[in-house]
Parts: sequence; structure tokens; C-alpha cells
Amino acid sequence: MGSQAELSIELCGNAMKNPLVLASGVMGTSESLLKRVALGGAGAVTAKSCGPVERTGHPNPVMVDWGHGLLNAIGLTNPGAEEEVTLLKAAREELVLLGVPLFASIFAGTEEEFARVAEIIARAKPALIEVNISCPNVRDDFGTPFAADPETASAVTRAVKSAVGDLPIAVKLAPNVPDIGRIAAAVVNAGADAITAINTMPGMVIDPEAAQPVLSNRTGGISGPALKPIALRCVAEIAISVDVPIIGTGGVLTGRDAIEMLMAGATAVGVGSAFWYRGADALTMIVEEMRNFMDKNGYDSIGELIGKAVR
Amino acid sequence: MREGFATYQLVSSKRLNDTTLWMTFDGDIEAQAGQFVMAWLPGVGEKPFSIAGMMPFSLMVVDVGPFSHAMHQLQPGDKFWIKGPLGHGFRESADNLLLVGGGYGAAPLLAFARTAREKGVKVITCLGARTAEGLLLDEDFAELGCEVRLMTEDGSAGQKGLVTLAVEEALKEGEVDTLAACGPTGMLSALAGLARRYDVLTQLSWEAQMRCGMGLCGSCEVPRSLDPALPPGWLACFDGPVFINDKP
Repeated sequence: MGSQAELSIELCGNAMKNPLVLASGVMGTSESLLKRVALGGAGAVTAKSCGPVERTGHPNPVMVDWGHGLLNAIGLTNPGAEEEVTLLKAAREELVLLGVPLFASIFAGTEEEFARVAEIIARAKPALIEVNISCPNVRDDFGTPFAADPETASAVTRAVKSAVGDLPIAVKLAPNVPDIGRIAAAVVNAGADAITAINTMPGMVIDPEAAQPVLSNRTGGISGPALKPIALRCVAEIAISVDVPIIGTGGVLTGRDAIEMLMAGATAVGVGSAFWYRGADALTMIVEEMRNFMDKNGYDSIGELIGKAVR
Repeated sequence: MREGFATYQLVSSKRLNDTTLWMTFDGDIEAQAGQFVMAWLPGVGEKPFSIAGMMPFSLMVVDVGPFSHAMHQLQPGDKFWIKGPLGHGFRESADNLLLVGGGYGAAPLLAFARTAREKGVKVITCLGARTAEGLLLDEDFAELGCEVRLMTEDGSAGQKGLVTLAVEEALKEGEVDTLAACGPTGMLSALAGLARRYDVLTQLSWEAQMRCGMGLCGSCEVPRSLDPALPPGWLACFDGPVFINDKP
């Protein structure tokens, strides 16, 4: 018997064939890589964050598997907004044919720069712009992430929203704040159409033989299995606080993980580190596992799962 | 792959030429020929290296930049860190194998030649370099029972010309079923074309600027302009470094 479950969703006006979104920062550095992930089963793909000017990022080592998750500090490597527009336009042309929406991601050091980058990136007409106010790995260049405080988070949101007009924006929040629901409420009041939660969690891995932190940046962002319970809690808090769709991201490796994220209140589910843990076919596997779970447990649509554990 | 970085100690460094050391470490590594490691020297940096030997774990290190220069300064007993093995290596499936090494590309091929020869596979090894000094490991391939054919651009050893000349001669002989190669991308592109013309399977080990080494950062994409058989968004660290093309 074929599967009965319907996995398609709608996110900020974008039809997606399933709720899985390639998380920003993973693989999304070229049009061919974005296309590859789209062909690999993504419902939508997010390009790597881009800023006002080109950045090479941090020196190696930039990533390590420490046993219960990954730790990375790539350092926002990107070609700068103008170059990124070319990349996004080329990617969008390919992805339209596949029916896979393309999300852009932006970062900057000030409100004004955020607005300027957003304005440039909007020219590529992405389906959504993710506003990365929460990268934990660029403190030396950009100071405390804007996501740490409701005032700064909403100021950036307002600046970006007024720069892009009708184009939907999702603000990407950090987990390491005392009250993520309050930050979410602030950015939604400031015009955010959606929330992406969460970015990686700041952490450090030390090699005792070397007597040094492993990453050149010393600290990095934790992703993978260790992040999942943190992400679930954050998504649940946000779901209770605001009424916009959430792209729940953090430690989703399996179909069950994705279902948990939906049940916490997410409408769509970000996937990134899963490619390391499960290989190139991670998305296809997750979709199949979601379908099996839904069939087995009598769910017909994604809507029935959203927020089920927290309502 | 184990978690974090594994620590080894240097046992010996054997000089192969002015710029190249064969470095042997104090343990084995369970890996496929063609896989790689990210080598880390705390405070210096981290770079990818093809695994040149598994038992014991060995690397061939050419002094081309600050990291490899620091590697060359290591003394026996000094510590050294690796993440890996990573990526996908060569597949043991040939009956008549043609190995093609461009300069330093000989290193992972030696490990592959050893496993192939142990299984009784017939192996021809074509090695190319600019000068005789750049030809590496030819005696080691010969010791394993490979038929070794040498090419240098200046004619200072073997035949004069590019290694592709020797490869085409070997392919014309008609016995080779698989061509496995490692070397500069220009050489690999030319070999991909030759293999298509002579209808042989290829296993080409590509190199690209790697950063995370784990398939996530997207830095090491190998463009299809180098080999049209590559799928879009093919990552050297994650999908490769060896691209196995079963459909010549």
C-alpha cells in the first residue's frame, strides 16, 4: 500500500513539497550545490549567509566532530552581497524548474548595513530572506550578536523589513538567551514574517594532548545531536509566544527528529549536520522516515503535527 | 572516524627529494587507499593529506607552504594530530589496472597498488613529472611488481613528454579495464577524456581547496568543467576525493 501522508506545506506564501529546509551555512555556497541539495529532496534550500563584503572566514581547523555533535567556526565565509546576487539569481533559475524555493541569508555588523545588504540581496528575488543576527563565531569582528537583546534584534528586523518591503523575512535567533520567547515577540512586532530557531550553541572543544582549543577561533557553534533538545525547547517557547511560522533547526538527523521539531511548534524543519552523520542521501532518508512515521501513527498531513506536543 | 583528533608520534622521516619527506608514524590507520586525513599542528594550522600508508600510518609531505614546512621540522617523537580517515577512496574492482601519478599524486596510488598487487591484479604505473627529481616512489611501485613507465617533461628520466603520452600508449595496448589517477587537475581532466575515448572505467582522485573536510562548508566543489561526468555540486572531501566513473 502506498503512503497516505501528505508532506507538503506552505511557508510565507511559498509552496514546499516537504517541510525540510537546507539550513544556512551548510553546502549552500554555489548554485550547483544548492541545486544538488534540491535534487536530493529538500523542500527549500537556504544559501550560506552573505554580508556587505567578501570574507575568507577563519583559518583551519574550522570543524570537529566531538562525539555528541559537531563544533564549527567557519567564520561567515562569503563573496559579499553583490557577488551573492549573481549566485542567487543563477540558483533561482535552476530551482524554479525543480519547484524548490530558494531562501537567502544575510548578516551584517550594524542596522544600516543589514538594511543595505537586504536591499542588494532582494534584487535576486529569493523566496525569503533569513536574517542571521545570531552567528556565534564572529564576535571579534561584530561584537555580541544582535539576537542577544530584544531591542537590537527588533531594530535590525525593522531596518531589514523596511528595506525589502513585501519580501518575507525570517529572523534567525540564538539559543543562548534567557528568554527566547521575548526576543521572538520583539522581532515579530518589528515585522518578522517567520522565525528560524535556532542558530548553533556556543561551545568549545579542547584537545588535552595539544593543551589547546581545537578550533582556530577557540570557540565555535555546536550543532548535531547535542543541539536537538536545546532547539526543541526554544522552538516550543517561541511557538507559545508568537503566531508566525517557525523553521525549527538544530540536530535533526532522522524523520523522528523532524517530527519532534514539528510537534514542538515548527512549520518547517532545518537540516544541516545530518549530511555528515547520514551522508549525501540524508534528506531522502528523513522524508521517507517521516512518511513511515505518519503512516504508522495515523497522521495525514504536516498540519496535524505542528505544535502537537506543546498545544 | 573517531571523535576529535587522534594523536600520533613521528617515528621517522625519509627524504625522497629536495622538498619531499616520507613520514612514518607510530601506529596503523584503518583506511581505504585514496582516503585522506586532516592533519593538525596546534598553533600552525590544519591541511588535508592523502594517506600514503596504512600499516604503519604514513604521509608523503612536500614542503610547499607554512604548514608543510612546519611538518618538515617535526623530529622523531614529536606529536602530530589527525582527523580522519575522511572521504571515499579507491575501489578494488579491477583486473587490469592502470595507475597514473602526476608528481606528488603518486602517494595514494602506492597504497592502492599494494592492495591490488596482493590480490594478483596486473598493474601498470605511469608516473610523470617535470624533471627526474620530481618523479616519486617509482622504485616502490616496481618492488610491488607493477610495470613502471616514467615520463618527464624535460626528458631527464624515462620518455620525454607529458604522462598522458604514456597513458595513451598503455590504453592502446587494450588490456587495461580501469584507470586510477591522482595529480594536478589539468592532468585528471585530460585522463578523463582519454578514458572516455578508450572506453575504460576511471577512478580519479581530485583535489580542491578543503576547509571543514566533512562535507558541510561547501568549499571544495570540483567544477564539471574539469570532468563533465561529475555530478553538480560534487565535493572533493565528501563525495570524493576519488570519483568513480563506472560509465566511461
